[in-house]
Amino acid sequence: MKKVMLEGNFAAAEAMRLARIGVVSAYPITPQSPIAEVLSEYTGDGRLDAKYIRVESEHTAMSVAIGAQLTGVRTGTATSSVGLALMFEMLGVAAGLRLPIVMPVVNRALVSPWSLWCDHQDSMAARDTGWMQLYAEDCQDVLDLCLIAYRAAENGDVLVPTMVCMDGFFLSHMSQAVYVPSQQDVDDFLPPYQAKNLKLDIADPMFVNNLIPPTEFMEMRYQQHTGFSNALPVLNTAMKEFETQFGRSHSPIEPYCCDDAEAILISLGSMSGSVKEMVDQYRAQGKKVGNLKIVSFRPFPEEDLVAAIPRGARVGVLDRSMSMGAPAGPVCNDVRSAISNQGLNVRIQGFVVGLGGRDVRPVAITSAFDRLLAGQYDKDVQWLDMSDNAMTLRQYREAI
Amino acid sequence: MTGKEIRLHGRGGQGAVMAAKMLASAFAIEGKSVASFPMYGFERRGMPVVAFTRFDEKPILEKTQIYTPDLLMVVDPTLLAISTLFDGLKTGGVLILNSNKPFTTRPSANLAKVGRIDATSVAMEEIGRDIPNTCLIGALAATTGWVSLESVLKGLSEYLEGSMLEKNIRNATRGYKEVEVQSWDS
Repeated sequence: MKKVMLEGNFAAAEAMRLARIGVVSAYPITPQSPIAEVLSEYTGDGRLDAKYIRVESEHTAMSVAIGAQLTGVRTGTATSSVGLALMFEMLGVAAGLRLPIVMPVVNRALVSPWSLWCDHQDSMAARDTGWMQLYAEDCQDVLDLCLIAYRAAENGDVLVPTMVCMDGFFLSHMSQAVYVPSQQDVDDFLPPYQAKNLKLDIADPMFVNNLIPPTEFMEMRYQQHTGFSNALPVLNTAMKEFETQFGRSHSPIEPYCCDDAEAILISLGSMSGSVKEMVDQYRAQGKKVGNLKIVSFRPFPEEDLVAAIPRGARVGVLDRSMSMGAPAGPVCNDVRSAISNQGLNVRIQGFVVGLGGRDVRPVAITSAFDRLLAGQYDKDVQWLDMSDNAMTLRQYREAI
Repeated sequence: MTGKEIRLHGRGGQGAVMAAKMLASAFAIEGKSVASFPMYGFERRGMPVVAFTRFDEKPILEKTQIYTPDLLMVVDPTLLAISTLFDGLKTGGVLILNSNKPFTTRPSANLAKVGRIDATSVAMEEIGRDIPNTCLIGALAATTGWVSLESVLKGLSEYLEGSMLEKNIRNATRGYKEVEVQSWDS
């Protein structure tokens, strides 16, 4: 297996090429554009035997992917931010048709204010569309999680489409040395795609995505729910099979120094690495802190997550998005729900960090850890590393 | 050698982002763990651009921008005017500078060494365009000793080919040989 310098976008495109996607329909958007561009190059120069269908929007990109995948090929598309928002209707169609499309999502803030830069609001807004969501910490994760996603999503007991999320710029444009597996090894891991549910076949016509009366709708939704219930064990198995084949281990959650931790920060994505670096620095000073990284946000690994938190530990969640009007960010809300559902009574501090491309700086991470270690708790979500002028910035209202 | 953090300041079109990647490749060739990424503003030619490269013996975990660099590379001399340029520079810090003028006064108490070369003139001679990045990478290798010229040149071949590769090999080699190093005692 050779190591190649790749940016996150290119790591995603390599995984799609190795998975032998047969149709590409991608609409470029910053910071995802390099994926759309390099897949075009691959199909042009023959490195990828696929049809590249030019589309005029992300809504059409997903529509084309759905139609193509229904004929029995893996399809490739990728998007970001408002592109994902424009795709929203078709996300639900892909999920409802039980099409295991794997789509890299390059995380970027949603409007408004307008931003090109990273946060998780785009994928979090799509968290209830019926897609699995895996979050990468580095460029190797991007490639590995894409391959794992195909394997898990296409399992006949699952059939759930999957977003592989990477932080815009922080990962999409980060160069790292990435192990790129051989085509033969990937072919062994990912056998040719076969449509296992609804399909478009002139020899076997069927209704697809037609109007469903109330007498059937809930049952159809329950099938999706069951696919998700099966997804977590299947994902675990796919990750173990991946380790056997490629030698790198992955897990739906990854605890770092949590066993004896007095304070734990839960995180998603690239900031998890920065939190781990800070854990090392705190541990060197004798302070027992840890990081709990959620790789699989959907399905949510509730039992393993709660089991990884030692009794008595103080817990905070770093959300890189906000669920406006809710008690905290979406990850924190789910962690609280999991803790309660597992019969525990632990208060979980919500934090919001790193919106609209703001770096999750060491000062944000230390202030979160220090609050937890000091036993401070506030029921209100805490926005970290904010400027003092937060309430006067660009406020044009005249004082009453 | 423990890990180092490098921050590059250039203007859109000068190749600062590419320099950050080429540096990462050179360190990776020597078996280091590396990570490099740019912080784009509004992408326009001529706008200030910042890029970051980390290398270390151990895996690189942090994904933040670099606030306490060991080394600053300034691809465009007009960026010396950034008032916060030297903020956070570690004690014993190094500056790799594209300029035709030596410093008369030490610009920061933490700055121990400057590797200066008129990389724009070198690039105009070798490439025929103001792309001073590879010359400065050669200057970095000579000034710091953190990476060999051989690895730098090998790294270039991951990004360039044909005559552009040859021109940039000459550009980097001249940077390595012609850099003027100015040091201050701590």
